[in-house]
Amino acid sequence: MALKNLPREEPVMQGNAACPGCPATLALRTVLKALGKKTVMVVPACCTAVIQSLYPYTSFDIPIMNIAFEAAAAGASGIEAALRKQGKEDINVLAWAGDGGTYDIGLQALSGAVERGTNFIYICYNNQIYSNTGIQRSGATPISAWTTTTVGGKTEFHKEMGEIIQAHHPPYAAQASISEPEDLYKKVKKAKDIKGPKYIEILAPCPPGWRFSMDKTVDMGKLAIETGAWALWEYENDELVFNGKSKLILEEKIKPKPIEEWLKYQGRFKHLFVPKRNEEQLKRIQDHNDAQWKRYRKKYL
Amino acid sequence: MKKSKKYDIISSISYPKEGAMGKTGSWRVFRPVLDESKCVKCLRCWIYCPEGSIKRKKDDSVEINYDYCKGCGVCANQCPTKAIKMKREGKKK
Repeated sequence: MALKNLPREEPVMQGNAACPGCPATLALRTVLKALGKKTVMVVPACCTAVIQSLYPYTSFDIPIMNIAFEAAAAGASGIEAALRKQGKEDINVLAWAGDGGTYDIGLQALSGAVERGTNFIYICYNNQIYSNTGIQRSGATPISAWTTTTVGGKTEFHKEMGEIIQAHHPPYAAQASISEPEDLYKKVKKAKDIKGPKYIEILAPCPPGWRFSMDKTVDMGKLAIETGAWALWEYENDELVFNGKSKLILEEKIKPKPIEEWLKYQGRFKHLFVPKRNEEQLKRIQDHNDAQWKRYRKKYL
Repeated sequence: MKKSKKYDIISSISYPKEGAMGKTGSWRVFRPVLDESKCVKCLRCWIYCPEGSIKRKKDDSVEINYDYCKGCGVCANQCPTKAIKMKREGKKK
């Protein structure tokens, strides 16, 4: 899929309340290009609820329902049931939540909706923090990352949401990144044509939350894939396939860059480098990443 | 307060509008300037613009909308031919 073939329509309007360099609007533009205007979106408390802007105006040119933090998937289930009853089955239902509303607070509603086989798309844009409320730690925050609630760096590893979803055996699940819009477009397009619950997770490097310069948003997404901190994969019919650079890393055709390359540009990991390099902790992060890929190779190669 | 289009009641529904937060171009510190002679029409700036402020014309050449561009610089950073350069706002030309 070449960039030229992507549709021109822009359901995300200009002049919204997103920060400059925001990965959420970047991802949402591509996602809504793939889904088209026949989409109903459910947004729980997350950055996107703010990006919509203030009453009586909204920046998104599609119907949206705002709902409580834990209820994105439950709300989408209700909308899907109502549309089905009215015979409007050609309308896409999209639940669009952040990592706080997916990994932590919205997990039980999501698990329930996927288990019931609701026909909807759930997209989690993962910026690894609660950025809307001021950078608190979430279940997706990686180890050693600074947040306002983990001042000396987080002491625990993040959890693997993709594998929790795979345990539900949905018809489709995928992981994408904002730095690969063609790949993201292809995955959303594919999810659109499948019946049943679909889960897509998008890595969204957040400039104010991760403490990097706002022009590096896309670079951070690319580096995350090249270092192996993030993987691109598709899960279909109980089979998991890696794609893009992640596939080459899995098959050991290219060597991933050291994870330090990704960490050193982010102010949230600054305490690992200044005033003195914390070799022990850097090695621990690298070892965890290597072990992760070793596990992937054992399971999926 | 805005009245609902269909019913004669005051609703809490928001309606879509371009520039719901006003002209966000005023947030900008650095302005992206496009050198059209260097542009190869790869459309990377268009898809990577978080704001959607880069307009894709019929022949796939691009135009920057300075009314809403927030000046993040992602386009200049991703341009493969360096056709977009960031220049400080308010300086004499």
